[in-house]
Amino acid sequence: MRLLTHNMLSSNIKGVTNGFPLRIEIEKVVEKQVEFNPDFLKNMFPKIEWKALVNASHSMGYVELPEEVEPSRLDSEDFLHKFHHALLELHLEEGALVCPETGRRFPVSKGIPNMLLHEDEV
Amino acid sequence: MWYLCMFYHRLLDYRKAEVESLAQLFANDEEDQYKTQRLKWRLPLHHHPDSPFHFVDLPSEDVARNVSNRSILVKGMYELWGEGGSYEELEEAIRSYPDERKLPYLEPDSTFKINVDTFGKVISLQEQTQRIHGLSYIPFKGRVNLKSPEHKFWLMETDDYGVNNGLPPIVQRRIFFGREIGGADRKLLPTYQLKSRTYLGPTAMDAEIAFLMANQALVMPGKLVYDPFVGTGSILIAAAHFGAMTMGADIDIRVVRDGRGPDCNVWSNFKQYGLPMPIALLRADNNLPPWRTGLKEIFDAIICDPPYGVRAGGRKSGGRKLMKGVVGPYTVPDDKRTDHIPSTASYSLVECVHDLLDLAGRMLVMGGRLVFFYPVVREDDNVNNSFPEHPCFQLIATSEQILSSRYSRVLLTMVKTSQYTEEIAEEARLKHKDFKENHLKWLEDGNLHSAVFSPSDLPLNGAADAKTSKEPKPKYRGKYV
Ligand SMILES: C[S@@+](CC[C@H](N)C(=O)[O-])C[C@H]1O[C@@H](n2cnc3c(N)ncnc32)[C@H](O)[C@@H]1O
Repeated sequence: MRLLTHNMLSSNIKGVTNGFPLRIEIEKVVEKQVEFNPDFLKNMFPKIEWKALVNASHSMGYVELPEEVEPSRLDSEDFLHKFHHALLELHLEEGALVCPETGRRFPVSKGIPNMLLHEDEV
Repeated sequence: MWYLCMFYHRLLDYRKAEVESLAQLFANDEEDQYKTQRLKWRLPLHHHPDSPFHFVDLPSEDVARNVSNRSILVKGMYELWGEGGSYEELEEAIRSYPDERKLPYLEPDSTFKINVDTFGKVISLQEQTQRIHGLSYIPFKGRVNLKSPEHKFWLMETDDYGVNNGLPPIVQRRIFFGREIGGADRKLLPTYQLKSRTYLGPTAMDAEIAFLMANQALVMPGKLVYDPFVGTGSILIAAAHFGAMTMGADIDIRVVRDGRGPDCNVWSNFKQYGLPMPIALLRADNNLPPWRTGLKEIFDAIICDPPYGVRAGGRKSGGRKLMKGVVGPYTVPDDKRTDHIPSTASYSLVECVHDLLDLAGRMLVMGGRLVFFYPVVREDDNVNNSFPEHPCFQLIATSEQILSSRYSRVLLTMVKTSQYTEEIAEEARLKHKDFKENHLKWLEDGNLHSAVFSPSDLPLNGAADAKTSKEPKPKYRGKYV
């Protein structure tokens, strides 16, 4: 699971009002290279919850992203590479995503988050 | 400018739609964009709409080349130098075609090749050579190069052939001569054919159709494409081939995560073709999507084959509770939670399509495309008014593929033309109700979905052809090919 995915997911358990961002529980992180595409990054940027991305990257051990960011930063090649790395190349292979409200764990195994809800959660 | 477009004689209903989509994809500026959104077509004299020959008005030769090279169903796109009902008429036409269009391609230091193609009959090599010699009135000055000529010319002939060959009823002979601009690279198909794919499921999408879906969706490098019913990933593979970033979800954890072992799963399918891995694979239920509130307009295209079947049928979370509406929710004991496999309720066609449209309305960028299959009963030939609708979307193409005498599947291409608002969401809910009432009979016909999509009826590839060939072959097969 890449951090782009993490930035899109939330715990949609019935009754939970704030299921985002999910806390990341790490067993195994791998880095997987993805082709650098500045246009893709520029398109994605306005859709990203920045703070959640920064915190998620910290929890994966990557501390290069600035806490606050202006869209003008997208003109900087150096920034784009860091954004690219955090968004697409850090990959949670084994671990879990944890609902911030209820503590429910959504397991991640073989890189695939299991977001299916139980009967009593829908 | 008008070009002669010769199609492969198959998937007839997909042919023009593909060219129209690709023309929009390759349109360079706003003027081209405007033109390609209302592409003009015409038929050669006396030709039936199912003829492989069509004329199409494209903004430029560049667009014509890009469209045909990327296409799956365009056998060739040509600048027409002349046509006629006889070789005499053809000669007259070619002679009167302006020199300034012809001479640049006939120069002494160029290389060329002339091909002969006949539709609906076979002619011998000797006859072909004769026909090529018959063109000596064209002042070719270049050298012949059969392997890699700079300019390729084609002499194409259709005939007033017999009735029982499954070809469209063309009443008169027509001969065309033109310069080739481009054509489909069908070598893709053997490379990606399901037969040689490592990880396959019963409903893996045939490679040719998957590429056509990706073309309808205007897939390009840097675009983000989502398949909410990803299965073995066969649709995303086509999207990744054209350079898209891909994401997929499926409710079935075994299909999407485990596959048949470490070297036989969705990831390994991408590896097999040297394609970039999906950006994300998830286990999720499209009836209860896992996206955060406020997330919208993130996908450039959503492409899928929704679960209409029985064996590969739709499931959704909820189990007994949702199915019966009366049984209280089953509470999972805490010690069983980790390995618990939630039971699922069945997911009707109508609900499934509604969820898909709702998801697409919210998650597609403006101008983004939703491309998916929809089953129809072939009652009256008029299926147009029974497709699902949504206020965010405009339906721009419907391509029918007949699966049996009673059932078809139609590939729908929709464009997001309005923003998704709360009002639209509400409107969609109401529309959806109407739609449900109008189509109750479909739901009652319990065999519909399985008859259309049951994998047991459909061999893994060439599904439609194999199925229909079991039936007595009609004289003119039309959309069956
Ligand atoms: C027709 S198949 C698509 C197959 C896919 N195109 C492939 O390449 O294998 C439908 C898929 O939808 C999945 N499915 C069924 N109900 C679902 C739901 N509610 N949410 C998400 N996926 C679902 C099934 O597990 C199945 O893999």
